Amino acid sequence: MHELSVAQLSLGLREKQFSSVELTRSYLDRIRALDGHYNSFVTVDENGALAAAAAADTRLAAGETGPLLGIPLAHKDIFCSRGVRTSCGSKMLDNFVPPYDATVATRLRDAGTVMLGKTNMDEFAMGSSSESSFYGPVRNPWHSDCVPGGSSGGSAAAVAARLAPLATGTDTGGSIRQPAAFCGITGLKPTYGRVSRLGMVAFASSLDQGGPMARSAEDCALLLNAMAGFDPLDSTSSELPVEDYSVGLQQPLAGLRIGLPREYFGAGLDAATGERIHAALALLEQLGAILVDISLPHTGLSIPTYYIIAPAEASTNLSRFDGVRYGYRCQQPRDLHDLYTRSRQEGFGDEVKRRILVGTYALSAGYYDAYYRKAQQVRRLIQEDFLKAFEQVDMIAGPTTPGPAFTLGAKGSDPLAMYLEDVYTLAVNLAGLPGMSVPAGLVDGMPVGLQLIGQHFREARLLNVGHQLQQASDWHRQVPPVGARSAGEGVWSSPGLSPAERAPTEWAPTERAPAERAPTERAPTGGAP
Amino acid sequence: MTIQQDEIEKIAELARIRIAPEEAAELTSRIANILTLVDQLQAIDTAGVEPMANPLDAVQRLRADTVTEANQRDVFQAIAPAVENGLYLVPKVIE
Repeated sequence: MHELSVAQLSLGLREKQFSSVELTRSYLDRIRALDGHYNSFVTVDENGALAAAAAADTRLAAGETGPLLGIPLAHKDIFCSRGVRTSCGSKMLDNFVPPYDATVATRLRDAGTVMLGKTNMDEFAMGSSSESSFYGPVRNPWHSDCVPGGSSGGSAAAVAARLAPLATGTDTGGSIRQPAAFCGITGLKPTYGRVSRLGMVAFASSLDQGGPMARSAEDCALLLNAMAGFDPLDSTSSELPVEDYSVGLQQPLAGLRIGLPREYFGAGLDAATGERIHAALALLEQLGAILVDISLPHTGLSIPTYYIIAPAEASTNLSRFDGVRYGYRCQQPRDLHDLYTRSRQEGFGDEVKRRILVGTYALSAGYYDAYYRKAQQVRRLIQEDFLKAFEQVDMIAGPTTPGPAFTLGAKGSDPLAMYLEDVYTLAVNLAGLPGMSVPAGLVDGMPVGLQLIGQHFREARLLNVGHQLQQASDWHRQVPPVGARSAGEGVWSSPGLSPAERAPTEWAPTERAPAERAPTERAPTGGAP
Repeated sequence: MTIQQDEIEKIAELARIRIAPEEAAELTSRIANILTLVDQLQAIDTAGVEPMANPLDAVQRLRADTVTEANQRDVFQAIAPAVENGLYLVPKVIE
């Protein structure tokens, strides 16, 4: 059942092969049995999920036929969910139970989806490895010594490990695409403004965008259909009408012009990863696409530009966490100043504090023009590179990441090493374009992803190309070993083990407790979301 | 442009984040490294380039100035650390 596509699951529900309650229970059992290996969930809402599944079964029995009706999914723990703790991976929000739903959560509930729980992530989405969570690191289902990428690493790991057929993610500088690549799944960051940001805990408001994560482009299309659309409560939401993203999936690729930016295939790209990317591109060529050499000359500047704009906006957004209205408050504050400064010292992790400080500096009197305004100007140059390229090509393709997943702790000592991980994804957010990562095979047993970058609001074409590639290949059907490998241990646990044998001893039915966090043991982590 | 520890302390005060004295030196060096990275931008000629605040160059949408939200004070204050009679409680501000 866990290998079925969403369309197949939906058919099974409509034909009464199984009920949504049975389907939901099977996923909850799987999470309970296996998530001790991955730590992909922060909160599992068993009662809420079973109630939602029962409601979906009632709607199904009444003859309703929505494509997501009765389908379980997981939400990144950045989307506010009324009555269910929304931590954003931070001690600051460890006690935060939102009084309202994110628009994305509302839309998906109305579509009849069943929320299994909330997935782990880098604190406030600031990272590329999902190691900076207050609830401990997420582990890659393909190898437990490796990171799943970040910041939507819990969502990516949960989908890859078949703990949920669908998950939501958010992407500020690569946070959907990079973990999708590292975990061997498909993930799409829509055009800025396509998916509502209301109730999505804000990191960098001119870059943040929610999107779908699933095993295939076809499943991502179904999820995006329900997520996308104008929201009057989000002042930057686009009023353009939403297409049906499933309709155009079968369109042939003949004559599609795909640009290959030479800056994405330079010295920084791991050679074996480059081979996988070229093999995927050769397949697209066989399907009728025309590959065109292009240049995006300002690519290298996307890192410094991003690391001014994102921290500047973060420092503003995160000023709301003051220990007064909700979230963490320090014990026995001496005065109001002590309440603010100590609540923020104790509630935020190291990378979050660093970014707030960098952003505060970049926005402070005397530095605004040299940093923030300058970065906004270079941001336009970066976008103009893409717009110029799109005069010659319909789409741009390249690697999602410079290489496969790195090991836990490998980039911990220096935030700058983590920042370089996102060199191929940051510019897409700066330009507000849609970008997608699709599996492109394995390098030493670890997945890598092909990134497809589209013109503004051309998500349907990206999903079409992803789907055609997945009809002609089986990279997206490769399954990580159950339980995940670990160095020196070979295969951790075999599929033959009973759920009870696989069950982690510390399993808690609802909320995961914070990780042990002795300050001296915590490696500082960084990176783009 | 290098940054000194006293500047970091000033920025931390502006950001209302307490920095433990033993953390200040390492934090200064990490932030100095980040600022060195972003300083690459200073070499780029951006004369005449319009700064981009929104990737679609969109402007804020306006709506009619009418009340659309119901009062949910009690719901919102139910998750506050300390409230009394509809007010948020903080340590005494005026001695």
